[in-house]
Amino acid sequence: MTEEAMDKPSDGVGCGAAVLMDIRNVSLRFGGVKALRDVSFDIREGEIRAIIGPNGAGKSSMLNVINGFYHPQEGEIWFRGKRRPPMKPHTIARHGIARTFQNIALFRGMSTLDNIMTGRITRMGLGLLSHAIWWGWAEREEVQHRERVERIIDFLEIQPIRKTPVGRLPYGLQKRVELGRALAAEPTLLLLDEPMAGMNVEEKEDLSRFILDVNDEFGTTIALIEHDMGVVMDLSDRVVVMDYGRKIADGSPQEVRNNQDVIDAYLGVPH
Amino acid sequence: MPKHRAWVRTGSENHEPNLTMRISQTKNREGTIPELLQRNAARIPDKPANREKEFGIWQSWTWSEVADETHELALGFLELGLSPGDHVAVIGRNRPRLYWSMVAVQMAGAVPVPVYQDAVAEEMAYVLEHSEARFAVAGDQEQVDKVIEIQDRLQRLERIVYLDPRGLRKYDHTRLNSFAELQEMGGSAGENTRKELERRSADIAGDTTCVMLYTSGTTGNPKGVVLSHSNIVSASRASSEFDGLRAEDSALAYLPMAWVGDFIFSIGQSYWTGFCVNCPESADTLLADLREIGPTYYFAPPRVFESMLTQIMIRMEDASWLKRKMFNHFMAHARRVGPTLMSGGGVRPLDRMIYLLGDLLIYGPLRNALGFSRIRIGYTAGEAIGPEIFDFFRSLGINLKQLYGQTEASVFITQQPDGEVRADTVGVPSPGVEVRVDDEGEVHYRSPGTFVEYYKNPDSTASTKDAEGWVATGDAGYFESDTGHLRIVDRAKDVGRMSNGSLFAPKYVENKLKFHSNILEAVVFGDGRDSCVAFINIDLAAVGNWAERNGIPYSSYQELAANPKVCEMIAEHVRETNESLATDEKLSGCQISRFVILHKELDADDGELTRTRKVRRRIIEEKFDDLVNALHDGEEEIRTETEVTYEDGRKGSIAATLKICDIAVNAPVARMAAQ
Repeated sequence: MTEEAMDKPSDGVGCGAAVLMDIRNVSLRFGGVKALRDVSFDIREGEIRAIIGPNGAGKSSMLNVINGFYHPQEGEIWFRGKRRPPMKPHTIARHGIARTFQNIALFRGMSTLDNIMTGRITRMGLGLLSHAIWWGWAEREEVQHRERVERIIDFLEIQPIRKTPVGRLPYGLQKRVELGRALAAEPTLLLLDEPMAGMNVEEKEDLSRFILDVNDEFGTTIALIEHDMGVVMDLSDRVVVMDYGRKIADGSPQEVRNNQDVIDAYLGVPH
Repeated sequence: MPKHRAWVRTGSENHEPNLTMRISQTKNREGTIPELLQRNAARIPDKPANREKEFGIWQSWTWSEVADETHELALGFLELGLSPGDHVAVIGRNRPRLYWSMVAVQMAGAVPVPVYQDAVAEEMAYVLEHSEARFAVAGDQEQVDKVIEIQDRLQRLERIVYLDPRGLRKYDHTRLNSFAELQEMGGSAGENTRKELERRSADIAGDTTCVMLYTSGTTGNPKGVVLSHSNIVSASRASSEFDGLRAEDSALAYLPMAWVGDFIFSIGQSYWTGFCVNCPESADTLLADLREIGPTYYFAPPRVFESMLTQIMIRMEDASWLKRKMFNHFMAHARRVGPTLMSGGGVRPLDRMIYLLGDLLIYGPLRNALGFSRIRIGYTAGEAIGPEIFDFFRSLGINLKQLYGQTEASVFITQQPDGEVRADTVGVPSPGVEVRVDDEGEVHYRSPGTFVEYYKNPDSTASTKDAEGWVATGDAGYFESDTGHLRIVDRAKDVGRMSNGSLFAPKYVENKLKFHSNILEAVVFGDGRDSCVAFINIDLAAVGNWAERNGIPYSSYQELAANPKVCEMIAEHVRETNESLATDEKLSGCQISRFVILHKELDADDGELTRTRKVRRRIIEEKFDDLVNALHDGEEEIRTETEVTYEDGRKGSIAATLKICDIAVNAPVARMAAQ
């Protein structure tokens, strides 16, 4: 399957680049419900990979498999050329996979700055005791992390809300803060679960620009689930289409757009 | 008022008789901006020259660091191939590195041309094409994109240097350089380049062009005003001495870099006195940054003070009962005695004590909230400011003053000395400036700051500046005979006659309307007609708050503007304006008989306002001619469709049916009777 995907023509930046993550024949069941059936695709270094499909197609399950929240009953996940054994999500986060959530999962009472600081947690080396004493090591560490976080704040243009509790922010800005927290972990692979859901056109345009800039500036590989087809077609290098837990198409946005199975899945076919 | 006599006033009579002479003596020693930088780096090397909030903290640069950075940049520009006399466009928001590049360009013998950063590509094209800029320094991707969009038309443009690399990594770099590269090129420049820079710097004299600024112009294309080093330095020097500015002062640079005021404040006066110029983190953090810096010297157009006052009033409405009561009580007291105290006049000891108590409870905290705790001198200019707004800030203990100026004068024509501050005058002639009112009532001036010429436009230069160096301002005004203060009535070309022969001064009436916080903008028509009519823009913040309070739902400006209750409220304001106009002996004919609330906000992107937000009367009259005619013809409502430009340059249109309101006109009241 992987070989096939590699052979397909693609106009993206990922073309020809090394494979970062390879998902091989993954199946996931919840009791009798088959969420994923024998899904295989790969994500190449530096590309923006979209996963699309109608509701209940298994997109979020796929994302949860990638970041280790679900363990598939069958299939393998290869990450950076090695087969990944079952791991806890926080271990996987340490390996450079960060995500945002479909429904915002920020600490509502904390400021934007503190929320993004929590994204650094996997990168902090010192223990509870050093942080309790604070002076010396811990202080120096905090300053380093704060600088990284400030660069992200600058990058996402959220300086005016640095000290604002996120619960008070409008939806679009909360989404941006969540992106900031994911970026703070300096991920190799960034997973975005419906980043544009519920946004107006202007907010979508802004966030698209940021996603492209993240990809551009930090070279972060991005896998995103999105319903807005316009966004998907503009942003992504390659698209995986899912329906009823199966992969029904894989290719450049142009190829996918013209694929009859995809059209059927979205518009329905007469039975 | 004997308007048809020529009045001549000179600032030097009152203030510093020998100033002009002294400047010419020191011209060779301290006469240029790069020389002032060297002087500051030698005299006050460790004092901060610039600060910018970045990554959440204030980064600062001392004068010696600024001198080094600028020197390196100048070398970088030489390595890029900058020749003497070239023009370099600088586009971006206020950032220290952009200010340094302007001075670096000067050191390399070339001329910086700051461009309004919010100009759409089309407007920018005119300036870049006309100035024949060979290089452009752009702040970020947005500005680079604009320049790239128009570069086919710019034959002379060779390279773009960008400051913020974000989003630009994948651009074609054959004509792009990052700022870091420029600095690197400068740092590793060879001996020949360094010698060349020394030679070029030595060639800079007082009459070398310091900067070229495009006036936004209420009519026609912008004109490039050429200002020499001696223009800028002498104007900066005289004005700094006028207000006793010193190296310990600090200012916030937030007004457009392309505006002459910013060049004078952030470069001219700062380099002359050595005070620190602070740049905010972004336009959105401006108010928070203002508060953190607490500038001692502050400049804002009336619009900023208006919106501040509106904000305060809105927030006080939402405050608790006790706070609101205290605010109202002490503000009433401040309004009564504050301005007198500010001007150093005498008030009763009891009043003084109540004022002190108010200062402790209300005025001080309010000043702090606004970031005005440390203000020594505040200026407002550009437009007339409402007396209530002006007095509000002065009564809080903020030394707000007015000045009158122009790009062509290197800002200063007249300004108000401490203790002689009033809302309705613009002050006495600045030191070294001669001011004269001609037979038609137009104000003329002559000063060391007077511009050299309009770039590539000798006709305009000749029609503006006469052989003796007198410049026509285009403003009508007169000197008050008892105080010697200048009063500006209107643009000379806008002053007209109505069909019954009475005087028509639209700006005067518009300002009176705009003093109501619910009215953001007004345009009055009536020249050659038998009655005066007005377009009104409501202030969305103020009226929106009022609507919320009164349970009036709305979703957009257009919907709110069309609400009959809003119309009633505005009608009341117009009625008040008419009453006040009726008592004016000269302008009682300008009372407004009908008005319409416009369905869209007047916008610089649509060409209806200048970039400094002045009304472009002719363009509005042409664009909305159907509305003007309907107002004069007595129709009750009118259907109209208007083209609008979005911020990204796309066009759309808005259609609306507008209701026209009639207002009663008062009979002129004799001044005596009114008093």
